[in-house]
Amino acid sequence: MEIKKPAVAGTLESSDCMVTVEPGGNGVEFDLESAVIRQYGYQIRKVTMETLERLGVKNVKIRMVDKGALDCTIKARVECACYRANEYKGYLPWGGVIR
Amino acid sequence: MNNPNKKRLRRTMMFLNCQKPGLIKDPYIYQPDSIMLDLEDAVAEKEKDAARYSLYHALQEIDYRGVEKVVRINGLDTGLWREDIRCAVAGGCDSIRLPKTETPKDVEMVEQAIDSAEQEFGIPKGKILIIAALESAKGVLNAGAICSSSERLFGIALSGGDYTKDLQTTLSGTGVELMGARQHMIIAARAAGVQCFDTVHTNLDDMEGFRREVQIIHDMGFDGKSIINPRQIPIVHEIYTPKPKEIIFAEKVVREIDEKKAQGIGVFTVDGKMIDIAFYDGAKRTLALAKASGVYDGEL
Repeated sequence: MEIKKPAVAGTLESSDCMVTVEPGGNGVEFDLESAVIRQYGYQIRKVTMETLERLGVKNVKIRMVDKGALDCTIKARVECACYRANEYKGYLPWGGVIR
Repeated sequence: MNNPNKKRLRRTMMFLNCQKPGLIKDPYIYQPDSIMLDLEDAVAEKEKDAARYSLYHALQEIDYRGVEKVVRINGLDTGLWREDIRCAVAGGCDSIRLPKTETPKDVEMVEQAIDSAEQEFGIPKGKILIIAALESAKGVLNAGAICSSSERLFGIALSGGDYTKDLQTTLSGTGVELMGARQHMIIAARAAGVQCFDTVHTNLDDMEGFRREVQIIHDMGFDGKSIINPRQIPIVHEIYTPKPKEIIFAEKVVREIDEKKAQGIGVFTVDGKMIDIAFYDGAKRTLALAKASGVYDGEL
């Protein structure tokens, strides 16, 4: 999936995360800010990278501000930001690359 | 298509905004009977897409511990409802709530979309049920036909805000403006053998008014109420839980009718009250409700 333009998804409310993606040319550049980075930084990074891989996003600058999001929320916000950035408007592959 | 979940206990059906991860991550701790994950009015127009991703992953990953998962889709007058259904069915919801239902045709359209989604995502045919929200004079007038419009339909629900707007009045707090709709809907639902649910009470500072309203709809025969806050749950459950005196009486009625029927006796008295076969189903319902509410573990 190509990141065609900058896009944002999520909020800074508790249990959420705000994800910003921009077109990149140097693989995945991931910047994470979280109050629980020491405890959960590895897991947040893992879920984010796996989600990007499923979506086929190879080049992206992605920034996440985490406010205690569960894995399911991280996936949802990353997917939403990427699909917005791709300007995709069709039926979504629920259970396919979105899972 | 005989889905046993059609008749499950639904005293409290709590609305939750799918746009808010903090709301949908653990509502089961409050023990509502059903949650209604909202893709419609609660979600801002520009966040409709975001709400669907949140819904899908929440349904897939959160263990809601037996609480029924209903998804309120966007109305048929939007371009959103078909994808809402695909997302909800793929995620693993139990039921779809259709807003602004006005005719049986509306329910049939949703049923067809659910059929397709069940097939697409390998879900057994008939697993997903439907609840139709009636929000206009036309919808309320068509309640009878709507109740019989689909094998998947487990109930109808009144949406008081939009309904009173359509009547060109407002919610007064007395319930007088909802009286006709409530009475008509419960009769239509019972005639078709489906459940009936009351509208939300939005004034959270008026818990006494809420209690009065729940008592009224309970006495009218409603199966439960749509709610918007966990604080409302214990009040509804308390009013809907049969009292010990009612449970003892229901037990006696069931036992006596079974016994007297075998002896060929049709009418008799229990605790000084005249009883006949017409009381049987009501007594059985009281015991079933008591059992489901966790206050009766008898054999009947």
